[in-house]
Amino acid sequence: MKRERRWYDRMWIVSLTYLALGFFNILFAWLGLLCFFIPLIISAVRGNKAYCSKYCGRGQLFGLLGGSLGLSRKRNMPRWMRSKYFRYGFLIFFLVMFGVMLWNTYLVFAGARPLGQSVKLLWTLRLPWRWAYHGTLLSDGVAQFAFGFYSVMLTSTVLGLITMLLFKPRSWCVYCPMGTMTQLICKVKCDPVTEKSAESGHNQDKENERTCD
Amino acid sequence: MRNKARVSAEDCAACGCCVKVCPRAAITVPHGVCAVVDADRCVGCGKCVRECPASIISLEAAEA
Repeated sequence: MKRERRWYDRMWIVSLTYLALGFFNILFAWLGLLCFFIPLIISAVRGNKAYCSKYCGRGQLFGLLGGSLGLSRKRNMPRWMRSKYFRYGFLIFFLVMFGVMLWNTYLVFAGARPLGQSVKLLWTLRLPWRWAYHGTLLSDGVAQFAFGFYSVMLTSTVLGLITMLLFKPRSWCVYCPMGTMTQLICKVKCDPVTEKSAESGHNQDKENERTCD
Repeated sequence: MRNKARVSAEDCAACGCCVKVCPRAAITVPHGVCAVVDADRCVGCGKCVRECPASIISLEAAEA
C-alpha cells in the first residue's frame, strides 16, 4: 500500500537548493530562518510535530540518501546518543553556539569587529568563503549573520550526514535541536490538553498521554 | 498471539519517521509528544522498528 505523493514530499529539493545557494551568494543564508520559525510556529500554534514528519526537507534528504540510495549502514545509534541527556545537552550546546554567533554578529553591527568572510564548520574549521560574498547594501552585520547562520546550517548538515552514514538514515532527527525544542513546546502544551480531554471524556487522548509520561 | 509494535516512550524524539513508513497508518504522534501505536491496526510488519532512528520500537507478542 503506497502512500500518495504530496507536494511536501519534495521539500528535500528546497534543502539542497538552500545549501547550493550559499555557495553563490551567502545572503541567501537568511532564508534558513524559515527552518527555524516554521517548526516553532507549528508546534506553538498547532501543538504537534508535523514539521518533522511532513515538511522537514533535511530529514527527507537524509532519508533518501540513507534509505533509497542505501548510503546508510542502518545500525543502531549508541545508547548514549539517543538518551535524553545527550539530546538536551546537544540542544543547550547548540543554543550557546547560536548565541555566540549572534554576539559576533552584534559586534560587526556595532563596528567593533570587521566582517569575517568565512564559514565555520563544526564550530572550529574556518573555511574561506569569500567567493560567495558580493557586498551588501545594508550593514556588514547583515552579511555577518548570513555567514554565521550558514555555518550553523552547514555544520548540522555535515553532522547529520555523518550519523546518516554510520547509523540509521534519519539519525539526525534523534538529536536535532529543532526537534528537541518543538517536542519540548509540545510537551508543555500537552499538559493542559490532558486535563481538557479528561474532562470531556476523550479516553483515547487520555490513554495516549499516559503512555507519554 | 501475534506481534505488535511497541514504543518505549522514554526516549522517543517524536520525529515521526515511523508514521511515514507505517503501511496501515497505525502509528501517530499525538500532540507531538511521543509515538503511539494503535494495536488494533498494527499488523506487526516491523517497518517502523527498522526505520526508527532511535531504535526504540520493538515487536512484542500481544494478545490478538
